[in-house]
Amino acid sequence: MKPVEFLEPETLEKTCSLLAKYKEEAKLIASGQSLIPMMQQRLFTPKYLISVRNLPGLDYIKEDGDALRIGALTTQRTVETSEVVRRRFPILAEAVHAIGTVQIRNWGTIGGSLAEADPTGDLPPALLALGARVKALSVRGEREVPLDEFFVDYIQTSLELDEVLTEIIVPYLPPNTGGTYIKDVVRAGDTGIVTVAALATLDGKQTVKEARIVLGCQAVTPVRALQAEKAAVGKSAMDDLEDVAEAASQDADPAPDVLGSVEYKTYLAGLRTKQALHTAIDRAKS
Amino acid sequence: MEKRLLKLRVNGEDYEVYVEPWHVLRDVLRHELGLTGTKQGCDTGYCGACTVLIDGKAVKSCVVMARQVQERDIVTVEGLGSDGELDPLQQAFIDKFAIQCGFCTSGMLLSAKALLMENPHPSEDEIKEAIMGNLCRCTGYKKIVEAVQAAAERS
Repeated sequence: MKPVEFLEPETLEKTCSLLAKYKEEAKLIASGQSLIPMMQQRLFTPKYLISVRNLPGLDYIKEDGDALRIGALTTQRTVETSEVVRRRFPILAEAVHAIGTVQIRNWGTIGGSLAEADPTGDLPPALLALGARVKALSVRGEREVPLDEFFVDYIQTSLELDEVLTEIIVPYLPPNTGGTYIKDVVRAGDTGIVTVAALATLDGKQTVKEARIVLGCQAVTPVRALQAEKAAVGKSAMDDLEDVAEAASQDADPAPDVLGSVEYKTYLAGLRTKQALHTAIDRAKS
Repeated sequence: MEKRLLKLRVNGEDYEVYVEPWHVLRDVLRHELGLTGTKQGCDTGYCGACTVLIDGKAVKSCVVMARQVQERDIVTVEGLGSDGELDPLQQAFIDKFAIQCGFCTSGMLLSAKALLMENPHPSEDEIKEAIMGNLCRCTGYKKIVEAVQAAAERS
């Protein structure tokens, strides 16, 4: 790697002071699973790297009154294999399982990945569908940011230059809710062509009362498939969901690249949304 | 920028070296400690040729900052086997012809080792998932999977 100043604060407070001091000249480095390759490719050339990977007290999964709280430095592998995550949020366990390969997940952190806000990332669509929010800390204090205000642009979040993401808060789901995460790849471990996170809550008649459908790899940020969500209302396990697929294809806004044309990606978005919603409805029933 | 003291525990031995702080673990292992069994493949955390174990878990050492793993147990391919005896996994790779050019082999062995330590009797799918992050251009993976199965059976 190119020479760079490597700072090793021992506390969160010291980290915030350093960030406040160096601002855009510095980048936080957690595990570096995304940042190091980007620096190798000269996409980022910060003057200072502030190492946060070993900061104490940020590796936890806690069941709170109404939400699950996950520390930003919890490894992806810990979240993926957590009994409470698998039980309460199968969609999240599936999304984390889809990240990279097991080596990446053994060292990579949940907060680091979320803060990187890669448009092809697996966490953003799942956490956005779950209505999660994050805690951000700086020398000016702490605030909570709902994820639907978090993803601003390509690898850009609404975090200020001097803020550290410390916790992810995932509210518990209402009863009769099911969800799933689907990722399309050419080869196992690849970047997604299309990803879909879908949650459905059923009413007393086993039809969809509310759906949250988020598409990944379709734009510079995750995309709430609002038309597909509307089309999903009133659907049951018996419906073929073709109109939901159509709506999702309309919601999708992909750029053509080596992984597929616009037509292919929007077709896939529709197909996978339909399949994800079917699974979500089935899981909500049981 | 000045070199800094770096303490690493590798294959059960404690090392102290002075290096610049921006180095990734793979480079310190190869250039400072002379442990060249860990290979440099893609430099971007893709191919897995640089896989080592950190606290028993497979990690790609080309995307790990060396300074972040000072308090942890690192195992490289040189740490497999003991007293001049090959690890059963290594023997199985030989017996099943799971090695051609050998470049992916270090990483493959360590990913397989991590799997068997956690799951001594993995299914074929579990083996394939464990080596998903290790690319091989020669073998087509079949013999590697067979070698891991053989090693699991033998233990």
